[in-house]
Amino acid sequence: MISFSGVSKRYPGGQDALRGVTFTIGDGELVFLTGHSGAGKSTLFRLIPAIERPSAGSVLVNGQNVSAIKRTALPYLRRNLGLIFQDQKLLYDRSVIDNVMLPLAFSGYAPREAARRARAALDKVGMLAREKANPVQLSGGEQQRVAIARAVANRPAILLADEPTANLDAESAAAIVALFLDFQQVGVTVLIASHDAALVERLGRRVLRLEQGRLAADSGAPDGATQ
Amino acid sequence: MRVWISQHTQALRAALRKLAAQRASNLLNVLAMGIALALPAGGYTLVMNLQSVAQRFSLEPQMSVFLDPLAKPAEREAIERRLKSAPGVAALRFVSREEALKDLRRTEGLAESLAALNQNPLPDAWVVRLGPIPPEALETLAAELGKLPGVGQVQVDSAWARRLAAMMAIGRLGLAVLAALLAAGLVAVTFNTIRLQILTQREEIEVCKLLGATDAYIRRPFYYLGALQGLAGGLTSLAILAGSLVLLNRGVRTLAQSYGSSFELAFLPLGDALAVAAFAGLLGWLGAYLSVSRYLLEIEPR
Ligand SMILES: Nc1ncnc2c1ncn2[C@@H]1O[C@H](COP(=O)(O)OP(=O)(O)OP(=O)(O)O)[C@@H](O)[C@H]1O
Ligand SMILES: [Mg+2]
Repeated sequence: MISFSGVSKRYPGGQDALRGVTFTIGDGELVFLTGHSGAGKSTLFRLIPAIERPSAGSVLVNGQNVSAIKRTALPYLRRNLGLIFQDQKLLYDRSVIDNVMLPLAFSGYAPREAARRARAALDKVGMLAREKANPVQLSGGEQQRVAIARAVANRPAILLADEPTANLDAESAAAIVALFLDFQQVGVTVLIASHDAALVERLGRRVLRLEQGRLAADSGAPDGATQ
Repeated sequence: MRVWISQHTQALRAALRKLAAQRASNLLNVLAMGIALALPAGGYTLVMNLQSVAQRFSLEPQMSVFLDPLAKPAEREAIERRLKSAPGVAALRFVSREEALKDLRRTEGLAESLAALNQNPLPDAWVVRLGPIPPEALETLAAELGKLPGVGQVQVDSAWARRLAAMMAIGRLGLAVLAALLAAGLVAVTFNTIRLQILTQREEIEVCKLLGATDAYIRRPFYYLGALQGLAGGLTSLAILAGSLVLLNRGVRTLAQSYGSSFELAFLPLGDALAVAAFAGLLGWLGAYLSVSRYLLEIEPR
């Protein structure tokens, strides 16, 4: 469960990126976050793994107040979140499989078990054949899928994706979105930031729309579990 | 425990990978550390060698106990008994004043001046040859004997041994200062290397933090990197030292042979050599620790 209440974020330098944002995402929901460029989507995304702290209000993740989380507790929070970044953040000095094994090593899996889980994740996103490749040798869509494999390798209960379909053609984008739908099917809570209005519209899922840092619209969950 | 071992082997492997990845610059670093450490290590080796020579020379110090001309026979006997029971006495010889005068007469150029004297000015004496004894113990013994009734004067030839010991103490102190300075230098070198390493790996560190790596996990490879570099530097210094000794010994052996000695400079005892390597590793770790504490905290993912 992710819950924002009265969250504002002002970056040093003055700009208000978020203003009084309040919403709750229930377990197992799949929610889109939309808005114009600069509306605050990435800012909202970064508050959940406590990459940024809110200037006001609080952010709860599974009941834990991450806006006041201790530095030493951060790694344990992040291990339970699957994060897919706008700029993927793959490491180009190692192979695809090593990238996917990274978070598993942090969680203390032995190399063999980590490799097994990493292969399962790569298989899931259809990238197992390229496990030995270096990420630079992959196309944008392929890199995106590796980033997804890395995010889900640890089997997190919450998956956060910031613009996972940006710069992808319609077909690749649809394939990526299908993956997220699959994860939701098995009970994962999914939050996807995207400015691809057409794609979001077509799926008919709950949509949170940001406008200049304010929550301008919340279409509500299909089951009506909104605030 | 298994997880712990596995995390450490992973960190070690990561450190080795980094060493291999920047072979040239790491090699230069290790060489610089090796040369820096070879100086105090070499000095220490020389002092050790000198010490063994000095010990051989001061094996048999001598002491002369001159009797008071007015000493009573009972006092003379007490002195003799005391000398015979003194610890570390190797040989004891009584030189009467007549004998001493005869000896002196035999010395060229003195006979005439002695003849001018109408009486023998020399006292009876005991010449004491001692076994191996530290200069301090010798001094104590001399002082004690000097206080016995009937003893005129005690003369010890340990002055030169003292001087040598003092000189070696100064040498050792100088070496300690040099070693401390170079150790600080080594820490600074690793500090900077690790700093550069952290900066070039900034992105990787950020990603690791984002994916849930603990600070300890991120720090560990850098500690290993620093310690490995220090260790390699220590081993290099030992290699430099061994090579220099081989070269030096060629000359030393020829010189020693001309004195009929088979002396040559010995390498550090194994324990000391290992200590040098381990100490260098520790310094490398310290440099890495300081660097990591200073710079890793600054890197926060955005
Ligand atoms: N680190 C930062 N420091 C200062 N201002 C920032 C920072 N990050 C974002 N901002 C500002 O906050 C506002 C929201 O930015 P954010 O990145 O959240 O937008 P976004 O909705 O993700 O946009 P996009 O669709 O282009 O990715 C913008 O006006 C941006 O300039
Ligand atoms: Mg963004």
